[in-house]
Amino acid sequence: MKPIGGPGALRVVVDLNRCQGYAQCCYAAPDAFVLRGHEILFYDPTPPAGQRGAIERAVQACPVRAIRLQAGADDGDAP
Amino acid sequence: MSPEPAGIVVVGASLAGLRGAEALRRGGYAGPLTLVGAEPHRPYDRPPLSKHVLAGALEAGATRLPELAALGAVWRLGHAAIALDRVARAIRLADGTTLAYDKLLVTTGAEARPWPAETGGGLSGIHTLRGRDDAASLRSALVAGPRRVLIVGGGLIGCEAASCLRDLGLSVTLVDPNPTPLAKSLGTHVGAVIAACLRESGAAFRPGTSVQTFEGDDAGRVVRARLADGSAIETDLVIAALGATRATGWLAGAGLMADAGGVTCDAACRARAADGTACPDIYVAGDVARWPIRLYGGRLVSVEHWGNAVEQAAHAARNMLAGPDDQRAYEHLPAFWSNQFGINIKLVGLTAGAESVAVVQGSRASRRFLAVYGRAGRSIAALSFDEARWLPAYTEAILSGGAFPPITDATDQPRIETASPGFPPPRAGAPAARRPEVAHV
Repeated sequence: MKPIGGPGALRVVVDLNRCQGYAQCCYAAPDAFVLRGHEILFYDPTPPAGQRGAIERAVQACPVRAIRLQAGADDGDAP
Repeated sequence: MSPEPAGIVVVGASLAGLRGAEALRRGGYAGPLTLVGAEPHRPYDRPPLSKHVLAGALEAGATRLPELAALGAVWRLGHAAIALDRVARAIRLADGTTLAYDKLLVTTGAEARPWPAETGGGLSGIHTLRGRDDAASLRSALVAGPRRVLIVGGGLIGCEAASCLRDLGLSVTLVDPNPTPLAKSLGTHVGAVIAACLRESGAAFRPGTSVQTFEGDDAGRVVRARLADGSAIETDLVIAALGATRATGWLAGAGLMADAGGVTCDAACRARAADGTACPDIYVAGDVARWPIRLYGGRLVSVEHWGNAVEQAAHAARNMLAGPDDQRAYEHLPAFWSNQFGINIKLVGLTAGAESVAVVQGSRASRRFLAVYGRAGRSIAALSFDEARWLPAYTEAILSGGAFPPITDATDQPRIETASPGFPPPRAGAPAARRPEVAHV
Protein backbone atom coordinates (compact mmCIF):
# COMPACT_ATOMS: atom_id res chain seq x y z
CA MET A 1 0.00 0.00 0.00
CA LYS A 2 1.23 3.44 -0.88
CA PRO A 3 2.08 5.69 2.08
CA ILE A 4 0.02 8.85 2.44
CA GLY A 5 1.34 11.99 0.90
CA GLY A 6 4.54 13.01 2.58
CA PRO A 7 5.44 16.62 3.40
CA GLY A 8 3.53 19.08 1.25
CA ALA A 9 1.45 16.31 -0.31
CA LEU A 10 -1.13 17.37 -2.83
CA ARG A 11 -4.79 16.48 -2.60
CA VAL A 12 -6.75 15.40 -5.64
CA VAL A 13 -10.36 14.47 -6.22
CA VAL A 14 -12.00 13.52 -9.50
CA ASP A 15 -15.69 13.97 -10.22
CA LEU A 16 -16.33 10.50 -11.57
CA ASN A 17 -19.81 11.48 -12.72
CA ARG A 18 -18.13 13.82 -15.18
CA CYS A 19 -15.23 11.53 -16.07
CA GLN A 20 -15.78 9.83 -19.42
CA GLY A 21 -12.56 7.88 -19.53
CA TYR A 22 -10.70 9.97 -22.10
CA ALA A 23 -7.53 9.05 -20.16
CA GLN A 24 -5.78 12.35 -20.89
CA CYS A 25 -4.82 12.53 -17.18
CA CYS A 26 -3.14 9.13 -17.50
CA TYR A 27 -0.83 10.56 -20.18
CA ALA A 28 -0.20 13.82 -18.32
CA ALA A 29 0.44 12.26 -14.91
CA PRO A 30 0.92 8.51 -15.31
CA ASP A 31 2.11 8.09 -11.71
CA ALA A 32 -1.14 9.48 -10.34
CA PHE A 33 -3.85 8.34 -12.80
CA VAL A 34 -4.39 4.86 -14.20
CA LEU A 35 -7.22 3.46 -16.28
CA ARG A 36 -8.30 -0.04 -15.28
CA GLY A 37 -10.51 -2.20 -17.44
CA HIS A 38 -12.31 -0.26 -20.16
CA GLU A 39 -12.94 2.95 -18.26
CA ILE A 40 -12.42 2.71 -14.50
CA LEU A 41 -10.21 5.57 -13.39
CA PHE A 42 -8.00 4.84 -10.39
CA TYR A 43 -6.13 7.83 -9.03
CA ASP A 44 -3.87 8.73 -6.16
CA PRO A 45 -5.73 11.24 -3.97
CA THR A 46 -2.51 12.26 -2.16
CA PRO A 47 0.29 12.46 -4.72
CA PRO A 48 3.69 13.71 -3.51
CA ALA A 49 4.51 17.40 -3.95
CA GLY A 50 7.01 16.59 -6.71
CA GLN A 51 4.15 15.62 -9.01
CA ARG A 52 2.52 19.02 -8.89
CA GLY A 53 3.47 20.00 -12.44
CA ALA A 54 2.21 16.73 -13.88
CA ILE A 55 -1.06 16.91 -11.95
CA GLU A 56 -1.62 20.49 -13.05
CA ARG A 57 -1.15 19.36 -16.65
CA ALA A 58 -3.70 16.59 -16.03
CA VAL A 59 -6.18 19.13 -14.65
CA GLN A 60 -5.77 21.21 -17.81
CA ALA A 61 -5.82 18.21 -20.15
CA CYS A 62 -9.10 16.77 -18.88
CA PRO A 63 -11.69 17.36 -21.63
CA VAL A 64 -14.56 17.35 -19.11
CA ARG A 65 -12.72 19.29 -16.36
CA ALA A 66 -13.35 16.62 -13.76
CA ILE A 67 -10.11 16.93 -11.73
CA ARG A 68 -9.74 19.17 -8.69
CA LEU A 69 -6.39 19.80 -7.00
CA GLN A 70 -5.37 21.44 -3.73
CA ALA A 71 -1.68 22.25 -3.73
CA GLY A 72 -1.47 24.81 -0.92
CA ALA A 73 -1.70 24.39 2.82
CA ASP A 74 -4.99 24.17 4.69
CA ASP A 75 -6.28 27.05 6.69
CA GLY A 76 -8.52 26.95 9.70
CA ASP A 77 -7.38 26.28 13.22
CA ALA A 78 -7.87 22.58 13.84
CA PRO A 79 -6.97 19.81 13.66
CA MET B 1 -25.43 36.23 23.76
CA SER B 2 -22.28 37.67 22.30
CA PRO B 3 -22.56 41.06 20.60
CA GLU B 4 -20.49 39.61 17.73
CA PRO B 5 -22.52 38.15 14.85
CA ALA B 6 -22.87 34.41 15.32
CA GLY B 7 -22.41 33.87 11.61
CA ILE B 8 -23.04 30.71 9.64
CA VAL B 9 -22.74 27.28 11.20
CA VAL B 10 -22.45 24.21 8.96
CA VAL B 11 -23.46 21.03 10.78
CA GLY B 12 -21.89 18.05 9.06
CA ALA B 13 -18.27 18.17 7.90
CA SER B 14 -18.29 15.79 4.97
CA LEU B 15 -18.46 16.46 1.24
CA ALA B 16 -21.64 18.57 1.31
CA GLY B 17 -20.53 20.58 4.35
CA LEU B 18 -17.15 21.31 2.83
CA ARG B 19 -18.46 22.26 -0.61
CA GLY B 20 -21.18 24.37 1.03
CA ALA B 21 -18.62 26.23 3.12
CA GLU B 22 -16.45 26.84 0.05
CA ALA B 23 -19.44 28.17 -1.86
CA LEU B 24 -20.25 30.57 0.97
CA ARG B 25 -16.74 32.03 0.82
CA ARG B 26 -16.74 32.12 -2.97
CA GLY B 27 -20.09 33.84 -2.82
CA GLY B 28 -18.54 36.67 -0.82
CA TYR B 29 -19.51 35.69 2.70
CA ALA B 30 -16.84 37.13 5.00
CA GLY B 31 -18.42 36.60 8.42
CA PRO B 32 -17.76 33.91 11.01
CA LEU B 33 -17.98 30.35 9.67
CA THR B 34 -17.97 27.23 11.80
CA LEU B 35 -17.98 23.61 10.63
CA VAL B 36 -19.22 20.98 13.05
CA GLY B 37 -18.39 17.32 12.46
CA ALA B 38 -19.25 14.21 14.48
CA GLU B 39 -16.05 12.50 13.35
CA PRO B 40 -12.57 13.74 14.30
CA HIS B 41 -11.53 13.86 10.63
CA ARG B 42 -11.42 16.72 8.18
CA PRO B 43 -13.79 16.09 5.25
CA TYR B 44 -12.88 12.96 3.31
CA ASP B 45 -14.13 11.24 0.19
CA ARG B 46 -16.35 8.20 0.71
CA PRO B 47 -16.47 6.45 -2.68
CA PRO B 48 -12.91 5.02 -2.41
CA LEU B 49 -13.68 3.46 0.98
CA SER B 50 -15.69 0.55 -0.41
CA LYS B 51 -13.27 0.09 -3.31
CA HIS B 52 -9.59 1.03 -3.10
CA VAL B 53 -9.39 1.18 0.69
CA LEU B 54 -10.90 -2.29 1.13
CA ALA B 55 -8.66 -3.56 -1.64
CA GLY B 56 -5.61 -2.18 0.16
CA ALA B 57 -4.61 0.18 -2.65
CA LEU B 58 -5.24 3.27 -0.49
CA GLU B 59 -5.06 3.94 3.22
CA ALA B 60 -8.31 5.20 4.70
CA GLY B 61 -6.56 8.44 5.68
CA ALA B 62 -5.58 9.13 2.06
CA THR B 63 -9.17 10.00 1.20
CA ARG B 64 -9.08 13.48 2.73
CA LEU B 65 -10.74 15.90 0.32
CA PRO B 66 -9.01 18.87 -1.25
CA GLU B 67 -10.20 22.17 0.17
CA LEU B 68 -10.87 24.37 -2.83
CA ALA B 69 -11.26 27.78 -1.21
CA ALA B 70 -9.68 29.54 1.74
CA LEU B 71 -12.30 28.80 4.36
CA GLY B 72 -11.09 30.82 7.32
CA ALA B 73 -13.36 28.54 9.32
CA VAL B 74 -13.46 27.32 12.88
CA TRP B 75 -13.57 23.52 12.86
CA ARG B 76 -15.44 21.76 15.66
CA LEU B 77 -14.63 18.15 14.85
CA GLY B 78 -15.23 15.06 16.95
CA HIS B 79 -18.30 16.41 18.72
CA ALA B 80 -21.63 15.73 17.07
CA ALA B 81 -24.48 18.21 17.18
CA ILE B 82 -27.10 16.74 19.49
CA ALA B 83 -29.88 19.34 19.55
CA LEU B 84 -31.23 22.35 17.70
CA ASP B 85 -33.07 25.25 19.35
CA ARG B 86 -34.62 27.24 16.51
CA VAL B 87 -35.98 29.94 18.78
CA ALA B 88 -32.64 30.65 20.44
CA ARG B 89 -30.87 30.03 17.11
CA ALA B 90 -28.36 27.73 18.72
CA ILE B 91 -27.18 24.14 18.48
CA ARG B 92 -25.83 22.01 21.29
CA LEU B 93 -22.82 19.74 20.79
CA ALA B 94 -22.05 16.42 22.42
CA ASP B 95 -19.33 18.02 24.54
CA GLY B 96 -21.95 20.23 26.19
CA THR B 97 -21.07 23.46 24.40
CA THR B 98 -23.62 25.65 22.66
CA LEU B 99 -23.05 27.33 19.32
CA ALA B 100 -25.18 30.25 18.23
CA TYR B 101 -25.91 30.82 14.54
CA ASP B 102 -27.47 33.43 12.32
CA LYS B 103 -27.91 30.88 9.54
CA LEU B 104 -27.53 27.13 9.66
CA LEU B 105 -26.60 24.69 6.91
CA VAL B 106 -27.55 21.11 7.77
CA THR B 107 -25.34 18.56 6.00
CA THR B 108 -25.29 15.72 8.53
CA GLY B 109 -25.61 13.05 5.86
CA ALA B 110 -26.65 9.50 6.58
CA GLU B 111 -25.67 6.61 8.80
CA ALA B 112 -25.24 2.94 7.98
CA ARG B 113 -28.25 0.94 9.05
CA PRO B 114 -26.84 -1.36 11.75
CA TRP B 115 -27.71 -5.02 12.17
CA PRO B 116 -30.40 -5.14 14.90
CA ALA B 117 -29.07 -5.94 18.39
CA GLU B 118 -31.86 -8.41 19.12
CA THR B 119 -30.72 -10.72 16.30
CA GLY B 120 -27.00 -10.63 16.95
CA GLY B 121 -26.02 -7.05 16.15
CA GLY B 122 -23.79 -6.79 19.22
CA LEU B 123 -21.47 -9.63 18.16
CA SER B 124 -17.94 -8.75 17.20
CA GLY B 125 -17.03 -9.44 13.60
CA ILE B 126 -20.15 -7.72 12.23
CA HIS B 127 -19.17 -4.60 10.32
CA THR B 128 -20.92 -1.78 8.54
CA LEU B 129 -19.21 0.34 5.89
CA ARG B 130 -19.97 4.03 5.76
CA GLY B 131 -17.18 6.11 7.28
CA ARG B 132 -13.43 6.23 7.14
CA ASP B 133 -13.03 4.46 10.50
CA ASP B 134 -15.44 1.72 9.37
CA ALA B 135 -13.30 1.14 6.30
CA ALA B 136 -10.05 1.06 8.30
CA SER B 137 -11.53 -1.39 10.80
CA LEU B 138 -12.92 -3.63 8.07
CA ARG B 139 -9.64 -3.54 6.17
CA SER B 140 -7.79 -4.70 9.33
CA ALA B 141 -10.25 -7.55 9.69
CA LEU B 142 -9.71 -8.57 6.06
CA VAL B 143 -5.94 -8.55 6.46
CA ALA B 144 -6.31 -10.89 9.44
CA GLY B 145 -7.54 -13.53 6.98
CA PRO B 146 -11.16 -14.38 7.69
CA ARG B 147 -12.20 -17.92 6.68
CA ARG B 148 -15.55 -16.93 5.22
CA VAL B 149 -17.02 -13.49 4.76
CA LEU B 150 -20.77 -13.04 4.61
CA ILE B 151 -22.12 -9.90 2.96
CA VAL B 152 -25.73 -9.09 3.78
CA GLY B 153 -27.31 -6.93 1.10
CA GLY B 154 -26.65 -6.75 -2.63
CA GLY B 155 -26.81 -2.99 -3.09
CA LEU B 156 -23.91 -0.94 -4.41
CA ILE B 157 -21.84 -1.20 -1.22
CA GLY B 158 -22.44 -4.94 -0.86
CA CYS B 159 -21.50 -5.58 -4.49
CA GLU B 160 -18.43 -3.34 -4.43
CA ALA B 161 -17.25 -5.08 -1.26
CA ALA B 162 -17.88 -8.52 -2.79
CA SER B 163 -15.87 -7.55 -5.86
CA CYS B 164 -12.92 -6.29 -3.75
CA LEU B 165 -12.95 -9.29 -1.45
CA ARG B 166 -12.91 -11.74 -4.34
CA ASP B 167 -9.95 -9.82 -5.80
CA LEU B 168 -8.26 -10.41 -2.44
CA GLY B 169 -8.97 -14.12 -2.76
CA LEU B 170 -11.30 -14.27 0.23
CA SER B 171 -14.23 -16.66 0.47
CA VAL B 172 -17.39 -14.59 0.03
CA THR B 173 -21.10 -15.29 0.28
CA LEU B 174 -23.62 -12.57 -0.56
CA VAL B 175 -27.20 -12.88 0.64
CA ASP B 176 -29.96 -10.69 -0.75
CA PRO B 177 -33.75 -11.06 -0.59
CA ASN B 178 -34.19 -10.17 -4.27
CA PRO B 179 -33.54 -12.40 -7.29
CA THR B 180 -30.44 -10.39 -8.32
CA PRO B 181 -28.11 -7.80 -6.79
CA LEU B 182 -28.84 -4.10 -7.40
CA ALA B 183 -32.50 -5.00 -7.90
CA LYS B 184 -33.86 -1.95 -6.09
CA SER B 185 -31.70 0.60 -7.89
CA LEU B 186 -31.37 -0.94 -11.38
CA GLY B 187 -33.94 -3.77 -11.53
CA THR B 188 -33.35 -7.49 -12.04
CA HIS B 189 -33.11 -7.24 -15.85
CA VAL B 190 -29.78 -5.46 -15.43
CA GLY B 191 -29.05 -6.94 -12.02
CA ALA B 192 -28.76 -10.35 -13.68
CA VAL B 193 -25.50 -9.15 -15.26
CA ILE B 194 -24.03 -8.46 -11.82
CA ALA B 195 -25.38 -11.77 -10.50
CA ALA B 196 -23.39 -13.48 -13.27
CA CYS B 197 -20.28 -11.42 -12.46
CA LEU B 198 -20.62 -12.29 -8.79
CA ARG B 199 -20.85 -16.02 -9.48
CA GLU B 200 -18.08 -15.92 -12.07
CA SER B 201 -15.83 -14.21 -9.54
CA GLY B 202 -16.18 -17.23 -7.30
CA ALA B 203 -18.50 -15.67 -4.75
CA ALA B 204 -21.50 -17.64 -3.56
CA PHE B 205 -24.67 -15.69 -4.31
CA ARG B 206 -27.73 -16.58 -2.26
CA PRO B 207 -30.70 -14.68 -3.70
CA GLY B 208 -34.26 -14.80 -2.48
CA THR B 209 -33.48 -15.31 1.16
CA SER B 210 -32.35 -13.29 4.12
CA VAL B 211 -30.42 -13.63 7.36
CA GLN B 212 -32.74 -14.03 10.32
CA THR B 213 -30.18 -14.02 13.09
CA PHE B 214 -26.47 -14.22 13.82
CA GLU B 215 -25.05 -16.58 16.42
CA GLY B 216 -21.83 -16.06 18.33
CA ASP B 217 -19.32 -18.10 20.31
CA ASP B 218 -18.60 -17.75 24.03
CA ALA B 219 -16.30 -14.82 23.33
CA GLY B 220 -19.11 -12.95 21.59
CA ARG B 221 -17.66 -13.39 18.10
CA VAL B 222 -19.99 -14.09 15.20
CA VAL B 223 -19.74 -17.71 13.98
CA ARG B 224 -22.92 -18.42 12.06
CA ALA B 225 -25.87 -16.91 10.23
CA ARG B 226 -29.30 -18.52 10.29
CA LEU B 227 -31.24 -17.87 7.10
CA ALA B 228 -34.96 -17.56 6.44
CA ASP B 229 -34.87 -20.65 4.21
CA GLY B 230 -33.78 -22.76 7.18
CA SER B 231 -30.14 -23.07 6.18
CA ALA B 232 -27.10 -21.81 8.05
CA ILE B 233 -23.85 -20.25 6.89
CA GLU B 234 -20.67 -20.51 8.96
CA THR B 235 -18.94 -17.12 8.93
CA ASP B 236 -16.35 -15.25 10.95
CA LEU B 237 -16.73 -11.84 9.30
CA VAL B 238 -19.97 -10.13 8.30
CA ILE B 239 -20.50 -6.97 6.31
CA ALA B 240 -24.00 -5.62 6.94
CA ALA B 241 -24.69 -3.59 3.79
CA LEU B 242 -28.27 -2.69 4.57
CA GLY B 243 -28.42 0.85 3.29
CA ALA B 244 -28.49 4.03 5.29
CA THR B 245 -30.81 6.16 7.34
CA ARG B 246 -30.54 9.93 7.40
CA ALA B 247 -28.68 11.44 10.34
CA THR B 248 -31.57 13.41 11.79
CA GLY B 249 -31.72 12.05 15.35
CA TRP B 250 -30.25 15.30 16.65
CA LEU B 251 -33.22 17.21 15.20
CA ALA B 252 -35.83 15.34 17.26
CA GLY B 253 -37.75 18.00 19.12
CA ALA B 254 -36.54 20.80 16.86
CA GLY B 255 -39.96 21.19 15.24
CA LEU B 256 -38.77 20.38 11.74
CA MET B 257 -40.15 17.87 9.23
CA ALA B 258 -37.34 15.44 9.94
CA ASP B 259 -37.21 11.68 10.32
CA ALA B 260 -35.00 8.76 9.29
CA GLY B 261 -35.89 9.53 5.67
CA GLY B 262 -34.38 13.03 5.80
CA VAL B 263 -35.15 16.65 6.54
CA THR B 264 -37.86 17.90 4.21
CA CYS B 265 -36.96 21.13 2.50
CA ASP B 266 -38.54 23.37 -0.09
CA ALA B 267 -37.26 23.85 -3.63
CA ALA B 268 -34.85 26.53 -2.36
CA CYS B 269 -33.28 24.01 0.11
CA ARG B 270 -34.86 25.67 3.16
CA ALA B 271 -35.86 23.27 5.94
CA ARG B 272 -39.58 22.97 6.48
CA ALA B 273 -40.92 23.42 9.99
CA ALA B 274 -43.43 20.88 11.27
CA ASP B 275 -46.25 23.20 10.11
CA GLY B 276 -44.84 23.20 6.59
CA THR B 277 -43.46 26.72 6.50
CA ALA B 278 -39.93 27.15 5.17
CA CYS B 279 -37.38 28.31 7.77
CA PRO B 280 -35.58 31.36 6.36
CA ASP B 281 -32.43 30.65 8.38
CA ILE B 282 -32.04 26.84 8.09
CA TYR B 283 -30.89 25.21 4.85
CA VAL B 284 -30.32 21.53 4.09
CA ALA B 285 -28.12 19.79 1.52
CA GLY B 286 -26.69 16.42 0.57
CA ASP B 287 -27.77 12.96 1.69
CA VAL B 288 -29.83 14.30 4.59
CA ALA B 289 -32.01 16.55 2.44
CA ARG B 290 -35.43 15.42 1.20
CA TRP B 291 -36.32 17.79 -1.58
CA PRO B 292 -38.86 18.21 -4.35
CA ILE B 293 -37.40 17.20 -7.71
CA ARG B 294 -39.06 19.14 -10.49
CA LEU B 295 -37.87 16.84 -13.25
CA TYR B 296 -39.83 13.97 -11.68
CA GLY B 297 -43.07 15.75 -10.93
CA GLY B 298 -41.94 17.54 -7.80
CA ARG B 299 -42.00 14.43 -5.65
CA LEU B 300 -39.82 14.39 -2.55
CA VAL B 301 -36.57 12.46 -2.88
CA SER B 302 -33.37 12.11 -0.96
CA VAL B 303 -30.41 10.85 -2.93
CA GLU B 304 -27.19 9.58 -1.44
CA HIS B 305 -25.07 10.68 -4.35
CA TRP B 306 -21.69 12.38 -4.45
CA GLY B 307 -22.84 14.76 -7.18
CA ASN B 308 -25.92 15.86 -5.29
CA ALA B 309 -23.86 16.62 -2.18
CA VAL B 310 -21.63 18.91 -4.23
CA GLU B 311 -24.32 20.67 -6.24
CA GLN B 312 -27.00 20.99 -3.59
CA ALA B 313 -24.56 22.35 -1.01
CA ALA B 314 -23.39 25.00 -3.44
CA HIS B 315 -26.98 25.86 -4.31
CA ALA B 316 -28.04 26.10 -0.67
CA ALA B 317 -25.04 28.32 0.04
CA ARG B 318 -26.00 30.59 -2.83
CA ASN B 319 -29.54 30.96 -1.46
CA MET B 320 -28.23 31.53 2.08
CA LEU B 321 -26.45 34.63 0.81
CA ALA B 322 -29.36 35.84 -1.33
CA GLY B 323 -32.33 37.89 -0.20
CA PRO B 324 -35.77 36.41 0.52
CA ASP B 325 -37.00 37.54 -2.91
CA ASP B 326 -34.11 35.88 -4.70
CA GLN B 327 -34.42 32.28 -3.55
CA ARG B 328 -33.80 30.04 -6.56
CA ALA B 329 -35.12 26.52 -6.94
CA TYR B 330 -32.61 23.68 -6.95
CA GLU B 331 -32.57 21.93 -10.33
CA HIS B 332 -30.63 18.71 -10.37
CA LEU B 333 -30.42 15.54 -12.41
CA PRO B 334 -29.31 12.76 -10.06
CA ALA B 335 -26.35 10.66 -11.14
CA PHE B 336 -24.04 8.11 -9.57
CA TRP B 337 -21.23 5.75 -10.44
CA SER B 338 -19.93 2.47 -9.10
CA ASN B 339 -16.98 0.27 -9.97
CA GLN B 340 -17.31 -3.46 -9.47
CA PHE B 341 -16.11 -6.64 -11.17
CA GLY B 342 -13.99 -4.50 -13.47
CA ILE B 343 -17.05 -2.65 -14.81
CA ASN B 344 -17.66 1.08 -14.62
CA ILE B 345 -21.36 1.55 -13.85
CA LYS B 346 -22.90 4.99 -14.29
CA LEU B 347 -26.49 6.05 -13.97
CA VAL B 348 -28.16 9.38 -14.73
CA GLY B 349 -31.72 10.07 -13.69
CA LEU B 350 -33.97 8.20 -11.29
CA THR B 351 -35.12 4.71 -12.21
CA ALA B 352 -37.92 4.63 -9.62
CA GLY B 353 -41.25 4.04 -11.31
CA ALA B 354 -39.78 2.89 -14.63
CA GLU B 355 -42.07 0.50 -16.49
CA SER B 356 -39.61 -0.53 -19.18
CA VAL B 357 -35.93 -0.77 -19.90
CA ALA B 358 -34.29 -0.98 -23.32
CA VAL B 359 -30.70 -1.81 -24.17
CA VAL B 360 -29.86 0.69 -26.93
CA GLN B 361 -26.12 0.16 -27.36
CA GLY B 362 -24.15 -3.05 -26.87
CA SER B 363 -25.61 -5.99 -25.03
CA ARG B 364 -26.03 -7.39 -21.58
CA ALA B 365 -24.18 -10.53 -22.68
CA SER B 366 -21.06 -8.49 -23.48
CA ARG B 367 -21.38 -6.60 -20.17
CA ARG B 368 -20.85 -3.40 -22.16
CA PHE B 369 -24.06 -1.57 -22.88
CA LEU B 370 -26.19 1.47 -22.51
CA ALA B 371 -29.74 1.01 -21.25
CA VAL B 372 -32.57 3.52 -21.04
CA TYR B 373 -35.41 3.34 -18.53
CA GLY B 374 -38.84 4.54 -19.59
CA ARG B 375 -42.12 5.53 -18.06
CA ALA B 376 -45.28 6.66 -19.82
CA GLY B 377 -43.49 7.01 -23.13
CA ARG B 378 -40.65 9.16 -21.76
CA SER B 379 -37.02 8.36 -21.06
CA ILE B 380 -36.40 8.86 -17.34
CA ALA B 381 -32.97 7.37 -16.69
CA ALA B 382 -29.95 6.02 -18.57
CA LEU B 383 -27.49 3.43 -17.40
CA SER B 384 -24.02 2.70 -18.71
CA PHE B 385 -21.93 -0.40 -18.19
CA ASP B 386 -18.53 0.63 -19.60
CA GLU B 387 -20.13 2.90 -22.23
CA ALA B 388 -19.84 6.21 -20.37
CA ARG B 389 -19.27 8.28 -23.50
CA TRP B 390 -22.80 7.60 -24.68
CA LEU B 391 -24.35 8.98 -21.53
CA PRO B 392 -24.31 12.72 -22.25
CA ALA B 393 -26.55 12.28 -25.30
CA TYR B 394 -29.11 10.41 -23.22
CA THR B 395 -28.80 12.88 -20.37
CA GLU B 396 -30.12 15.54 -22.75
CA ALA B 397 -33.05 13.31 -23.65
CA ILE B 398 -33.91 12.77 -19.99
CA LEU B 399 -33.75 16.47 -19.21
CA SER B 400 -36.02 17.30 -22.14
CA GLY B 401 -38.52 14.48 -21.58
CA GLY B 402 -37.40 12.60 -24.67
CA ALA B 403 -39.44 9.72 -26.07
CA PHE B 404 -39.15 6.15 -24.88
CA PRO B 405 -38.11 3.92 -26.51
CA PRO B 406 -35.45 6.26 -27.90
CA ILE B 407 -35.46 6.78 -31.65
CA THR B 408 -33.87 3.87 -33.46
CA ASP B 409 -31.55 6.01 -35.61
CA ALA B 410 -29.57 6.99 -32.53
CA THR B 411 -28.77 3.46 -31.45
CA ASP B 412 -26.82 0.50 -32.76
CA GLN B 413 -29.77 -1.86 -32.38
CA PRO B 414 -31.74 -2.83 -35.51
CA ARG B 415 -34.83 -3.06 -33.36
CA ILE B 416 -35.13 -1.85 -29.82
CA GLU B 417 -36.56 -4.45 -27.52
CA THR B 418 -38.05 -3.34 -24.28
CA ALA B 419 -38.29 -5.43 -21.14
CA SER B 420 -39.66 -5.07 -17.66
CA PRO B 421 -36.94 -3.59 -15.45
CA GLY B 422 -37.84 -6.07 -12.72
CA PHE B 423 -37.98 -3.88 -9.67
CA PRO B 424 -38.90 -5.87 -6.57
CA PRO B 425 -42.21 -5.02 -4.89
CA PRO B 426 -41.87 -3.01 -1.66
CA ARG B 427 -41.14 -5.36 1.19
CA ALA B 428 -43.95 -5.90 3.66
CA GLY B 429 -43.37 -4.32 7.02
CA ALA B 430 -40.95 -1.70 5.80
CA PRO B 431 -42.16 1.59 7.22
CA ALA B 432 -42.18 4.31 4.60
CA ALA B 433 -40.09 6.68 6.68
CA ARG B 434 -37.30 4.15 6.90
CA ARG B 435 -37.47 3.37 3.21
CA PRO B 436 -36.67 6.56 1.35
CA GLU B 437 -38.10 6.52 -2.12
CA VAL B 438 -34.64 6.66 -3.59
CA ALA B 439 -31.76 5.07 -1.75
CA HIS B 440 -28.75 4.33 -3.85
CA VAL B 441 -26.14 3.40 -1.36
